[in-house]
Amino acid sequence: MPRLTSIFPFAVRLGAISVACLLSACAHLPEGAEYNDPYEAKNRAVHATNLEIDTTLFGDGKKKGIVPTFPRPVAKGFINFASNLAAPGDVVNRVLQGKPGPAIETTVRFVINTTVGIGGLFDPATAMGLEKDETDFGETLTVWGSGEGDYIVLPVLGPSTERDAIGMVVDLALDPLNTLLPRPESTYALGAAAASSAASRQVNADLVESILYESADSYAQARIIYLQNRRYQLGEDIYVIDPYEDPYGQ
Amino acid sequence: MASNRISRRQVMVLGAAGAFYLGSTLPGAALNVEEARSLVGKLVGDINAVIASGKSEGAMIKDFERVFARYADVRYIAQSALGPAGRAASKADVAAYTTAFQGYIARKYGKRFREFIGGQIEVTDARPLKSFYEVVSTARLKGQSPFDVRWHVFDKSGKDLFFNIIIEGVNMLATERTEIGAMLDQAKGSIPALTAALRKAG
Repeated sequence: MPRLTSIFPFAVRLGAISVACLLSACAHLPEGAEYNDPYEAKNRAVHATNLEIDTTLFGDGKKKGIVPTFPRPVAKGFINFASNLAAPGDVVNRVLQGKPGPAIETTVRFVINTTVGIGGLFDPATAMGLEKDETDFGETLTVWGSGEGDYIVLPVLGPSTERDAIGMVVDLALDPLNTLLPRPESTYALGAAAASSAASRQVNADLVESILYESADSYAQARIIYLQNRRYQLGEDIYVIDPYEDPYGQ
Repeated sequence: MASNRISRRQVMVLGAAGAFYLGSTLPGAALNVEEARSLVGKLVGDINAVIASGKSEGAMIKDFERVFARYADVRYIAQSALGPAGRAASKADVAAYTTAFQGYIARKYGKRFREFIGGQIEVTDARPLKSFYEVVSTARLKGQSPFDVRWHVFDKSGKDLFFNIIIEGVNMLATERTEIGAMLDQAKGSIPALTAALRKAG
């Protein structure tokens, strides 16, 4: 999956979110609740705008968007390339999480894919048994004990939480590529991330379009799918339905 | 966009092929770990057979609906997705809704079968969870990282059936509760109107 690092304008927006709440493990979910969405009205407006942008760029399954469809190998190349560029940032986060094993594996992957994989366009490391292990500062915050915070929908980027949004901003500062590379080169990483997002949107078109354009309430579907999948990635509790405690299924 | 964090893997119904696991059984429970595992193994075998049949998408979706009806507790899933509204409704309305729901699920998830061709699922674990059983499997599809599919199995109806699928943490029953709730709102709370909409959806 494309990472959401390298997006500058959101730093401004996110300044509004209290950093203090993060480390104090803000917003523990009330028991039984599936999410905290106090900004729902605002989020829904952003979601509606995001849908318009998505339809314009990629179409809605019925009509085509303005972005040409990349041939599959090209799309894969974009995704691999951006993922490889993000590897140094992954390593930094794994170290911060106190997980040296994955940090070393990702370092080895980065070396293999940058050389044998021709600058990261290909992913020979996976074929060698070193599977992708992506992470971000949102996960680091989770490891450090921060709560998820409220659900938010970011312009263009889509579903997030307060914790993940702050994580994205911090990732910009932590990413060795962003900080160490001179100016024009570091902006290329941003372009690569955008191309990767577009490629990923196209590769997963059927699924994405079924959620965004075929659901009765695409906002609610995107929210539940994002939150459940994210919590699963972070090793937080998986929502379990116990049929013997369910009053409705008789 | 939203989409970028959501991979197709999250919304796929998949099958499994499996090794054996000799787990503990809940004392007194009719269903046990091995039975739960064997149910999922058979289910996956049937799904694989449908995929390998090489039929048209429409025909595969019909076959999938039969598999779903055989291995899933459709009545439970449909009624749980409907929630409190089902309690006040007439029996006939709920029965019609349940039938429409079964077709809707078959179409919605069956459409993704193409992506499964050439793929493989392996059952890796089975264990008791709360008052039911969880069968854990790993799906390996062409060109994708392996992902986690969990099957929740119970015998509340008297038969061993699955009632939920969790794909990379995404809970089918929970997402369908959300979706059916939204459709019911659009139908202004009318179950017959919801049923009519479900016949066209998916």
